[in-house]
Amino acid sequence: MPGITLSNETIKERLIAKFGDQLSHFEEPYGLLTFEAPKELNLKVLQFLFDDEELRFRFLTDLTAVHYPGQAGRELAVVYHLHNLVDNIRLRFKVFASIERPDIFTATQLYSSANWMERETYDFFGVNFVGHPNLKRILNVDEMDYFPLRKEYPLEEQTRVDKDDAMFGRGSSIGERAANGVAGRSPEAGPVETPRDPNEPRTPASGTPGSGPQKQDWNTDTTKV
Amino acid sequence: MADMPEGYPGEGFFATSLSSVVGLARKNSLWPMPFATSCCGIEFMATMASHYDLARFGAERLGFSPRQCDLLMVIGTIAKKMGPVVKQVYLQMAEPRWVMAVGACASSGGIFDSYSVLQGIDQVVPVDVYVPGCPPRPEAILDGFIRIQDLVGKESIRRRNSESYKELLQSYGIQ
Repeated sequence: MPGITLSNETIKERLIAKFGDQLSHFEEPYGLLTFEAPKELNLKVLQFLFDDEELRFRFLTDLTAVHYPGQAGRELAVVYHLHNLVDNIRLRFKVFASIERPDIFTATQLYSSANWMERETYDFFGVNFVGHPNLKRILNVDEMDYFPLRKEYPLEEQTRVDKDDAMFGRGSSIGERAANGVAGRSPEAGPVETPRDPNEPRTPASGTPGSGPQKQDWNTDTTKV
Repeated sequence: MADMPEGYPGEGFFATSLSSVVGLARKNSLWPMPFATSCCGIEFMATMASHYDLARFGAERLGFSPRQCDLLMVIGTIAKKMGPVVKQVYLQMAEPRWVMAVGACASSGGIFDSYSVLQGIDQVVPVDVYVPGCPPRPEAILDGFIRIQDLVGKESIRRRNSESYKELLQSYGIQ
């Protein structure tokens, strides 16, 4: 169809014709059509955008999540970026879930690339993609027991004991961390000294620094696998 | 030419301790195993190249198999997920083995005060020499290497059998 290109208005009209007022918050920041859907509808919207002969959004550019701690009941936003490769037009839509029950239907049946990205989103935000064939951590260590990009956890490494919090930008988050039950140090406490065994040699010549409580508990002898 | 160790020289003979001879031989024929993960690795490449020329210190031959090497050089940021890999490479090296942490990240996590980065490789393997810098210049890496040579040359041949060394390894869960 030369001469006729797909516009944001057309896409919006088609979506509203199909889903009515269930879709909301239509905007076009920087010309990118953006809207919000109820989380139960995410697959229906994806499927419609994929199958429609005119819309043809058949490439999943990105899938990720955002944590909004201030929005009670809809803390986690899952964001889909879709691309129509034929007309070279993109759109973005979001679904929201509560942090207590972050269940979202998986898009892996429609887009194989969603497999990796949903695992990543689960890994960092704890979104539970219902129906995903292999939903487990993909980038972080398997032993990790929290979702690090949720804003309820401190970003800084908590095993480190040799840093003066006041000098490394940790001072401001102390209240928050105390509220979350993570041990925080007050900025008045002064610099931290690495705990040392008095008998430990100070030069590396006859011993090696680095023993002590900061050591991590790795599964050790990997040669015996 | 390497300096002569302390000993008793005479006409046609030279008497010294076995440790000094072994140390002299070891320190001038180290085989480094580079474990380069990031920008410090670029500096290390410069260190190996003709201008700085690590070969002047008897380390002409970089080994890319840990089983042949006696110096593990960890050069760059080690993510927590990489920690067990560093440890496995260390375990594959035969004794005696030395470890050098090159750069701020390998030494302490550096600027990456983050949930995903190992805060210094001394959490998983014992380290002999730390080279500071972000990244360290080739001169600094050479200085670190010379300090390793110093440790190697002065090390008693009994050290690796000593109780304190076994305790050290034990504290890392090795053996």
